[in-house]
Amino acid sequence: MSTTERANISAPVGTAAPIERSSRIVTPWQRFYHRFRHHKMATVSIIFIILLSLMGIFAPIVAPLDPTKTNLAQALQGPDATHWLGTDPSGRDVWSRIIYAIRISLSVGIVAVGISVAISLILGTISGFYGGKVDMVIMRITDVIMSFPGLIIIMTVVALLGPSIYNVMAVIGLLGWPGTTRLIRAQILSVREWDFITAARSVGVPDRRIMFVHVLPNAVAPLVVAATFGVAGAILTEAGLSFLGLGVLPPAPSWGNMLNQARSISMLERNPWFWMPPGIMILLTVLAINFIGDGLRDALDPRMKLD
Amino acid sequence: MSEYLLRRFLLIFPLIIGITFLDFIFINLAPGDPINAMIDPMVMTFMSKEEVQARRAELGLDKPLVVRYVSWVKELAQGNLGYSIMFKNSVAKLIRGSVGNTITLMVWALITSVVVGIVLGIISALRPYTKLDYALTAFAFTGVAMPGFFFGLALIYLVSLKAGLLPTSGLVTPGLPPSVWDSAQHLILPVAALAYEGIASIMRYTRGSMLEVLHQDYITTARAKGLREPRVILRHGFVNAMLPVITIIGLRLPSLFAGSVIIETIFSLPGMGKLMVDATSFRDYPLIMGGLLISALLVLLSNLVADISYAVADPRIRYQS
Repeated sequence: MSTTERANISAPVGTAAPIERSSRIVTPWQRFYHRFRHHKMATVSIIFIILLSLMGIFAPIVAPLDPTKTNLAQALQGPDATHWLGTDPSGRDVWSRIIYAIRISLSVGIVAVGISVAISLILGTISGFYGGKVDMVIMRITDVIMSFPGLIIIMTVVALLGPSIYNVMAVIGLLGWPGTTRLIRAQILSVREWDFITAARSVGVPDRRIMFVHVLPNAVAPLVVAATFGVAGAILTEAGLSFLGLGVLPPAPSWGNMLNQARSISMLERNPWFWMPPGIMILLTVLAINFIGDGLRDALDPRMKLD
Repeated sequence: MSEYLLRRFLLIFPLIIGITFLDFIFINLAPGDPINAMIDPMVMTFMSKEEVQARRAELGLDKPLVVRYVSWVKELAQGNLGYSIMFKNSVAKLIRGSVGNTITLMVWALITSVVVGIVLGIISALRPYTKLDYALTAFAFTGVAMPGFFFGLALIYLVSLKAGLLPTSGLVTPGLPPSVWDSAQHLILPVAALAYEGIASIMRYTRGSMLEVLHQDYITTARAKGLREPRVILRHGFVNAMLPVITIIGLRLPSLFAGSVIIETIFSLPGMGKLMVDATSFRDYPLIMGGLLISALLVLLSNLVADISYAVADPRIRYQS
């Protein structure tokens, strides 16, 4: 068998022509990379998020001033050479706060989704694989949690624990698992019916090996996509909580709590340089992550056609 | 269909137990003596220590968790949600006074997002991969990523402050006699701010569903037998494309509720969302837990309505024996 033919077999029906014409074996990673690159907005977005993360990581070098240092003599100044985006009502540098807030937004998104993905992997797998009463109980719990409007129940629990960045991360994560749990369960139920699982069973592969080696890896693609959208959702939730003064509290900089200070009509009208940038940063970050999620969905779905 | 409806209806009872139990656990985690939350503070000042103790025993507050839960549910069934610390008033009364405004806001936002979302989604699906489609898709992506509070503030800034077209906050203009026109003017911006996310998501689903349906064989059949294009699209395409969209509309209610929390706060609308935010800032736990419970029960009810309308709309479920 020539290598060309093998490439054809490994590529799913309807894959783009360049892959089929190549004379190399196409690994799943290469196929994924090619398909992801095909989504232009996703490619631009991933570059944006990488730059944003670097700015966040190297905030002490990138930010021109201390983000928490107040100077009432210089409160609410317009943009100038020292304060690129002006100052807030306590005289803190807005641009430096925006850069430091990247750390909060991205870490809340990643940690919260990490927690909920871990929980849903465990519960979703148990639910889908064992079924029966355990499944019923887990599904009813997801129903109960999903009946509470997300922001309202998160707000309540954060208020019980006291608002802080760690509590915000933990609570968003601990209440965010029902959706992805259902997703994994549904995936496992469908993958379980595939012929290669029956084949594995027929040659006597033990249950646990079937679960972790054959079922889970095939069920994980939609989870990756959902988790990406989840990061965007968690960032929006944190911003909303901090905006309401119930999440990350000043002097720690968060895009949400920066907008909180713009709630008075006079601030809103006279100081747009102060409240617009954090809002635009949230919008761009969430938009970019959603585009990445969209690109991942296209790249991971073998039935998707590219042309 | 009746069997399906009955099964769906019976499902709400374990959910009500789950919701109330979770809410009860939160109440127990809240600091402070629960007796203060359960007696009218006005009455309590005139009560002797023994009378308070008697009420405590009557409410079973000295008993184990499960027993306390049962007596708490009994109180709930009689409409006693406890007493707000901040307002020194019954939580049930406070919620009754504000839930109407929230529902008005949510209903208008839902109608707006359904109508605009479906219309834009169909336009997008009928002209796929054109400039118009890309522009609408960009509009939808922005809507999903837009933080409600930023969009709300931006609307106030542009429409109210810069253009001076609409009022910035509240429900009525002080000093003017209440009129429909006046309330409508106050509601336009909050409804728009709350509806944007819904418009965006309903639009995306409508577009996807419509594109899928338009590729079905029965659409080709309808065209082949010489039906006019509007009839093909509306009668054969649209009706079938709407089935999955109904589910999405039902799923929007929790996020509409969450959105109204932020929108009511920005626009100073005296609704349940603003009440909840005020209660949370003040650590008024009885009011927080009461609001949380009512919001979950409303979501439960609206999910039931959504499932029933789905069953009524889908002939495959409707005619199931």
